[in-house]
Amino acid sequence: MKERISHLTKLISLAGVSGYETPVRQALAEAWEPLADEISVSRVGSLHALKRGEGAEPRPLVMLSAHMDGVGLMVTDVKDGFLHITSVGGLDVRILPAQPVIVHGRRELEGMIVQPSERQLPDDLADKPVPMKYLLVETGLPADEVAELVRPGDVVSFAQPPMVLEGDFVCGHSLDNRASVAALTVCLDALQQMRHPWDVAVTATVQEEFNHLGGITSPFTLQPDLAVVIDVTYGVGPGASGFNVYPLESGPALGWGPTVHPALYRRFKELADEMEMPWHKDVLPRLSWTETDNLQLVGKGIPTILLSIPLRYMHTPVEMIAWKDVERTGRLMAQFVAGLPLDYVETMGWDA
Amino acid sequence: MTKRVSKMTLQIGPQQIALLERLSNAGGVSGDEGAVRRMVIEEIEGTADSLKVDAMGSVLAVRHAQTENALRVMVAAHMDEVGFMLQEETDDGLFSFGLVGGIDPRQLPGKTVWVGPQRIPGVIGACPIHLSTEAERGQVIPEESLRIDIGPSASGRVEPGERAVFATSFRQAGPSLFGKALDDRIGVATLIELFKHAPPNVELLAAFTVQEEVGLRGAGPAADTFDPDLAFAIDCTPAYDHPNWDGSENVRYNTRLDHGPAIYTVDRGTISDRRLVEHLRQTAEAERISYQLRQPGGGGTDAGAIHLRRAGIPSVSVSVPGRYMHTAISMVRLADWQGYAALLHAGLRLLPADILTEER
Repeated sequence: MKERISHLTKLISLAGVSGYETPVRQALAEAWEPLADEISVSRVGSLHALKRGEGAEPRPLVMLSAHMDGVGLMVTDVKDGFLHITSVGGLDVRILPAQPVIVHGRRELEGMIVQPSERQLPDDLADKPVPMKYLLVETGLPADEVAELVRPGDVVSFAQPPMVLEGDFVCGHSLDNRASVAALTVCLDALQQMRHPWDVAVTATVQEEFNHLGGITSPFTLQPDLAVVIDVTYGVGPGASGFNVYPLESGPALGWGPTVHPALYRRFKELADEMEMPWHKDVLPRLSWTETDNLQLVGKGIPTILLSIPLRYMHTPVEMIAWKDVERTGRLMAQFVAGLPLDYVETMGWDA
Repeated sequence: MTKRVSKMTLQIGPQQIALLERLSNAGGVSGDEGAVRRMVIEEIEGTADSLKVDAMGSVLAVRHAQTENALRVMVAAHMDEVGFMLQEETDDGLFSFGLVGGIDPRQLPGKTVWVGPQRIPGVIGACPIHLSTEAERGQVIPEESLRIDIGPSASGRVEPGERAVFATSFRQAGPSLFGKALDDRIGVATLIELFKHAPPNVELLAAFTVQEEVGLRGAGPAADTFDPDLAFAIDCTPAYDHPNWDGSENVRYNTRLDHGPAIYTVDRGTISDRRLVEHLRQTAEAERISYQLRQPGGGGTDAGAIHLRRAGIPSVSVSVPGRYMHTAISMVRLADWQGYAALLHAGLRLLPADILTEER
């Protein structure tokens, strides 16, 4: 298990801001290569791993998908040795001051986001969060060197090192959605010891935090018969409670609503119960605000379900998940894949 | 001549940077300076003529002068740093906390901490952006609603009252040094070096003080114990030298990086002794050490407590200019530190024995 946790901490040590997922894709390709029959990279940078099933051809295909990109920032201007920045994906500016980052310029520069002192800011910001336009990135390097190495459009990624807390709670940036990507690895790993009639395509998609680009294009290429999307959801903690918020280490949340095929919901619910695994019904009255929403509509439409891992402090560099939930989600998917009869799609029906 | 001068300068090189790294990474919230104190004692006990820990927890060490009737010079650097104290476990592994020292609450959300002497990792989280309204995001997250989170499984592993510090590891980048608590571990590291290479013409009374960040509390008793003729408080002071938001000239920078050590004239607590200011200034000029005069204004150092003790103790402060102090990561320039060490060493070495006979 320690080895699998270190797979995840490695994934969250890497940059993978939307549109610039290469570092995480390369690490992932290396990890998946021995577990899959075929590895490929889509035209827009998503990673596809195909593991063939044992059924007679043409075999049906199930797609298991998690986005690998994360929120981050980008340089808008370089002035007096400081970088001005904007966000890529949804960021609350209140978490930014004193945040360690890497500036992906002509070379990688370690830096930090800084809030200038009150003397250098407008008077009305004395006790207010400082808006993005006034925040700067400090590299500690001389101004001429910064001007040479950095230009507008360079990506700035979070650099908070991962922490593993007592009881295998993992903390760091981009656990949304590398925790789900790690669950895909757990699943692929488990499938090595299992027989499965269906082909399985495991995908790590790009740009979910921007416009779901990978979630739209990978299923077009792969044309799966079924799809399972894995993402994170809100974990109970400071600032998050009530409806649709789940305690850490309480198992995956199974999506329920217009974006989820009811028969798939039933199948996962029954499987989780058989495995004596805790789970939640994740009530999604309209959309899920994950790539599921788009993926479901690709081609002629795809029966889809969303599994979610509870996570605290979403879109901060100190996100927290329970490793146990990652394991559970991975094992649940493997069990699902192995248990799919070749005629599942024809027989699944519409009942939950 | 040049050779002799350079030999007598206090060197700040890889060894001293490594010392600062150890000191910066150590935890020492005001009132809990033990880890830093142990490092200080280990570093200086071999060269000290006397060394004791006073009732407050400050380390008081003496190096005798090699000359008759030498001035008794106190040099104070504070060991403590700003940080947190855990208050109540409000849920499994979640603790409310109080701020120890002046920390802007805007610097807290989304940061990592080390809790207690075991350095248990924890985080200060924030509400997901998806669950807050735009109006909420326009307000500072109140300190009372923040929690230090050490994870549900670590519940019961620490008790209320435990201290926490920002989990920041020291690093060097180009001309700059980054770390937590450079205020005032850079003073502590410098005082250690000054003590090891004490100029023989003064009775050097080194005070590694406690509780500076909660009201200059350790330095006063230390000054009473030492009964010095004069005192230097050596610290780290903010450089507010960023460009102004509206492009106007920044004339309220307090200090600026790359301009050398900052000599204080007036801060919130002390009007520096004019003779000492002048001595430092002239020393810097004579030794060709670049220096700056800190802009008069707020802020304070241990001098604020020291100069009021006994019959009055002529005092001055000298600081390394630093950015982002009292946040998770502060930053100084190595060259400013080198100038600071050189100025302090020369300031003692060239201190006229009769400096206080001139009327103030």
